[in-house]
Amino acid sequence: MATQHSRSAARLMMAPAVVLLLGWMLVPLTMTLYFSFKKYLPLRGGDLGWVGFDNYVRFVTSSAFWPSVLTTLTIVGGVLAITVILGILLAVLLNQPMWGQGVVRILVIAPFFVMPTVSALVWKNMFMDPNYGLLAYLWEFFGAEPVQWLSQASLTSIIMIVSWQWLPFATLILLTAIQSLDSEQLEAAEMDGAPSTKRFAFITLPHLGRAITVVILIQTIFLLSIFAEIFVTTGGAFGTKTLTYLIFQRVLESQNVGLGSAGGVYAIILANIVAIFLMRIVGKNLDA
Amino acid sequence: MSLRNSVLAATAMSLVTASGAFAETVTIATVNNGDMIRMQGLTDDFTAKTGHVVEWVTLEENVLRQRVTTDISTKGGAFDIMTIGMYETPIWGANGWLVPLDDLSAEYDADDILPAMAGGLSYEGTLYAAPFYGESSMIMYRTDLMEKAGLEMPKAPTWTFIREAAAKMTDRANDINGICLRGKAGWGEGGAFITAMSNSFGARWFDEDWNAQFDTEAWANTLNFYKGMMDESGPAGYATNGFNENLSLFQQGKCGMWIDATVAASFVTNPNDSTVADKVSFALAPDNGLGKRSNWLWAWALAIPAGTQKEAAAKLFVEWATSKSYIELVAANEGWANVPPGARKSLYENPEYMKVPFAQMTLDSILSANPENPTVDPVPYVGVQFAAIPEFAGIATEVSQEFSAAYAGQQTVEEALAKAQALTNDAMEAAGYR
Amino acid sequence: MARTVTQKRKIINTAAAWSVGLLIFFPILWTILTSFKTEAQAIADPPLFLGFDWTLENYAAVMERSNYGRFLWNSIVIAGGSTILGIIIAVPAAWSMAFVPSKRTKDILLWMLSTKMLPAVGVLYPIYLLFIRLGILDTKIGLVIVLMLINLPIIVWMLYTYFKEIPGEILEAARMDGATLKEEVLYVLTPMAIPGIASTLLLNVILAWNEAFWTLNLTAAKAAPLTAFIASYSSPEGLFYAKLSAASTMAIAPILILGWFSQKQLVSGLTFGAVK
Repeated sequence: MATQHSRSAARLMMAPAVVLLLGWMLVPLTMTLYFSFKKYLPLRGGDLGWVGFDNYVRFVTSSAFWPSVLTTLTIVGGVLAITVILGILLAVLLNQPMWGQGVVRILVIAPFFVMPTVSALVWKNMFMDPNYGLLAYLWEFFGAEPVQWLSQASLTSIIMIVSWQWLPFATLILLTAIQSLDSEQLEAAEMDGAPSTKRFAFITLPHLGRAITVVILIQTIFLLSIFAEIFVTTGGAFGTKTLTYLIFQRVLESQNVGLGSAGGVYAIILANIVAIFLMRIVGKNLDA
Repeated sequence: MSLRNSVLAATAMSLVTASGAFAETVTIATVNNGDMIRMQGLTDDFTAKTGHVVEWVTLEENVLRQRVTTDISTKGGAFDIMTIGMYETPIWGANGWLVPLDDLSAEYDADDILPAMAGGLSYEGTLYAAPFYGESSMIMYRTDLMEKAGLEMPKAPTWTFIREAAAKMTDRANDINGICLRGKAGWGEGGAFITAMSNSFGARWFDEDWNAQFDTEAWANTLNFYKGMMDESGPAGYATNGFNENLSLFQQGKCGMWIDATVAASFVTNPNDSTVADKVSFALAPDNGLGKRSNWLWAWALAIPAGTQKEAAAKLFVEWATSKSYIELVAANEGWANVPPGARKSLYENPEYMKVPFAQMTLDSILSANPENPTVDPVPYVGVQFAAIPEFAGIATEVSQEFSAAYAGQQTVEEALAKAQALTNDAMEAAGYR
Repeated sequence: MARTVTQKRKIINTAAAWSVGLLIFFPILWTILTSFKTEAQAIADPPLFLGFDWTLENYAAVMERSNYGRFLWNSIVIAGGSTILGIIIAVPAAWSMAFVPSKRTKDILLWMLSTKMLPAVGVLYPIYLLFIRLGILDTKIGLVIVLMLINLPIIVWMLYTYFKEIPGEILEAARMDGATLKEEVLYVLTPMAIPGIASTLLLNVILAWNEAFWTLNLTAAKAAPLTAFIASYSSPEGLFYAKLSAASTMAIAPILILGWFSQKQLVSGLTFGAVK
C-alpha cells in the first residue's frame, strides 16, 4: 500500500519527534556518562579529574544499593497489584446500572488531578500523622492503638498513597475496555445459566487483557521514578529509599555528582531490564 | 557631631533616592518560617526607602536547600540573595561563591552582631552572610506540671535530672508526655538534636584524623540514654517528630518538657496559638558534668552569591533586613516578642526587649555554645550540631535515618551505630579525607 | 419480578458505588473542608467535620502572601504550551507510524517510551548547566520545552493508537479523490481523530500541571508555577494544616474543574489502544 513517496514523507514527518527525543535522551545520557567517570564534587571545586570505574564500584558496594533496588521493585509491584485489582473491581462496579453514575465517576477519577506533592502532604499530615491524623482518630475511636504509619508501616504507607493517585487512571482505562465488551455475549452466557463469577472469569477478564497490559506499561514508566511522595513523607528513612531517591541523596544531599551519575547509569540499566521484561509480557498483547 | 551625622544620613538618603532611578528587581530565596514571612510583608518599607523591588521565592526548608545549592554550585544566577545557615556559609565562603560583607555601612554597625553569630557566618575572619535571626536550643517546660511532680527546675540542669523529671511528669492517662524531643530523620532535624546532645556525653563525630567515632562508648551512651528516656516518657511515634510536630504537641499541652530551638519560645508563649502560654518557663539545655552542654547554635542568614549583576541593590536589602531599624520596625508593628532574635547585641541591651520572658535565657544559651570548640575531646571541624565540611549534610542525613530506625524499634542501637560508622567512613573515604 | 430484582440490584449498586466513590474522594474533600478552618480547628480533637465556624482567613492569608495569579498563569502557560507544542510535533509522527508502518515502528515507539524512564534526579546537574548556557533558566519557554519532551512519548503513543483505529480505506478514498498529503491529514484524518486528540490534550495538561521536579528545580521567581507555590506552604515552623489546605485547594482547583468538565472526553478517549 505504501509507496516509496509516502514512505519518505512518513520518515520526514516522524523526524522532528524522533530527533527531539534522541537529543533529549542523548545529551543528558552523554553528560551523565561523562560525569560518572569523574570525581565531580561541586562543593570542593567541581571537576577533580578522571577516576575510571571508582564511582560505579562505590555506588554498587554501598550498603544502601541493593535495599534500594528492592524497595523500588516493591513499590512498583505493590502499586501495580493494588491498582490493577481494585481497578478491575471498580470498573466492573461502575459499569453496573445505577443512579448518578456520572457523579460517582467524577469522584473516583478526582485523585488523578491532584499534584503528587499535594497528595503526599495531605496524606502525611492530615491522615497519617500519629497525633493529628484522621487515621489515628479512627483507630482510637475503635479502641485500637494508632499506627505510626510513616515509621512502622512506611513502605505500605507510600504504596497506599501512590496507589490512591494511580487507581483512577487504571479504573478509567479498564472501564473503557469493559464498556466496549459485547453485551450480547454476556447476556447469552447469562441465558445459558453461567453464574456471574464464571462470566467474569471467562468473558470479562480475558477481554481486559490488553487494557491491563496498557495500565501496567504506562504506570511502570511513571512509578519507576516516583520521587515527590518519598521526599515529602519519609525523606528516605525507614527503608523507603528507592534507587531514584538514593541518587538524589548522592547528587544533592552529598553533593557528589560523579557518584550520583554512576547511580543514574544503574537506574537506566534497571529501567531497561524492567522494560525488556515488560516487552516480553506486553509485546504480544500490544501488536497494535 | 549629631549635625554631621544627620548630614551624612541625608547624603546617604539622597544617594539612595538617586539610585532609585535605576530601580532594580532583586530576587531572594528564603525559607517559609514565620520571621521570613513577616519580612516579606514588610518589603514595602524597603522599596519605599530605596526604590528597588523585591521578588520572593519562599520555599520549604528542604526544597530551599536543594534549590540554592544547585544554583550556587553551577553559578546559575537565579537568585540575588539566598537565605542560608551557619553550615553553608563558611563552606561557600571558602569556595569564593559569596560576596564578602566586609564593607557594610557605618550605620549598619557590623560590630553589633553577636560574636558567636558573626564567627559562625565568617570564613577566615570575613563575614559572608548577615544573620537575620540566630538561635540556640534550651529547655522549655511546664511550670504547673513541674510543680505537680514536686520538682524544681534548676537554671542549668543535668541529663539525670531531666530523665527523672520526665518520668515523674509523664501521665499517660491524660496524654501528657514528660519530654518531647526530635527524632525525625534529617541532619537539620533529629540529626541536629542528637549531635548537640552527644557533645554533652563526650562524643564527637570525627577524631582529629577524620575517623568516624560511632564505635565509641560515648555515642552508645548518648543513643541508649536518649532512646531509654523517650521510650519511658516520650510521645508515641517520636521517631518521626521534628520541630513542628513537637511544637504542636507542646502547644496542645501534651509535653512536660521540650528541648529545642530558642525561637520556639515565642510560639509557645503566644496565647493565640498555645494553650499553655502562661505556664511555660525556660532553662539551659542539660549537661553531664563534662563541661559541654547540649545546646546548638544556628543562624538563618542572608548571603549574596558572587557574580550577581545586582550586588549593590542586594547589599542594600541585606543591610535593611538585618539592621537595627528593621528590628524596630517589627517591634512597632507586631510587638517586641516577635522581632527576629539572637542576631544583635544591642537587642539584648534594650530594656523593652529584656522584658520578654525568654530573652535572657535565649542570650545565655547562645553565649554558652561554642562552634570553635564544640566537644569534650578535640575535633578537626567547626560547628556544634554539625561539622562544617561539604560532605556532612549527606552523611548526617543517612546517619540520622539509621538512628530514627532505631528509635522506631526497627533495629537496635548497636546496629544503627555500626551502620553509621560504616557509612560515614565510606563517605569520608570517597571524599578523600582518609 | 425481573424488574424488582434489577431495581433492587440497582439500589445496591448505587449504594456500593457511591460509598467507594466518596471514600476515594474523601482526602480531597477533607482538604477542602480543612481550608475553611482555623489552624487550631484543623488539629482539633475530635476532628471537626462540618460543625465549625467557616472562615476565609486562610485564603486571605495565602492571597496576601503569594502572587497566586502569577503562579496560576505560569502553570497555565507551561502546561498548555508544552501540550500544544507536543501535539504539533506528535501528530505527524503518529500519523506516519500508524499509516506507513515499517518493521521498526514498534521499536521506535517503545524506545520513545523508554526515554521516560531516565531518572530525572540523575540528570539535574547536566540539565541545569545546559539551561544556564542557553539562558533559559527560570523562563516559561524553558519549561515548556522540557515538559514537552517529557510527555512527547505519551502523546505520540496515544495519538498512534487512535490513528490506528481509523480505517485505512477512508484515507485511500481521499487519496483517490486527489487529496494531497496535507489535505489528507488536515481534512480527513484530523476531524476523525478529534476525540482522541482532545483526550490526549487533557491527559497531558494534567501530567504537565502536576509535574513537580523540573518545574521546581528550573525556576526561581519569574516562571515558577503552582508546584512551587505549594512548596512555600508545606512544613513551616508552627501550625500550617489550614493554610496548606487552602493553598492545596487553590493549586488543584483549576485542573480539577477542567477535569470534571471534560471527563466525558477524557474517559472516552483514554484507551491507549486498549480497546479493539
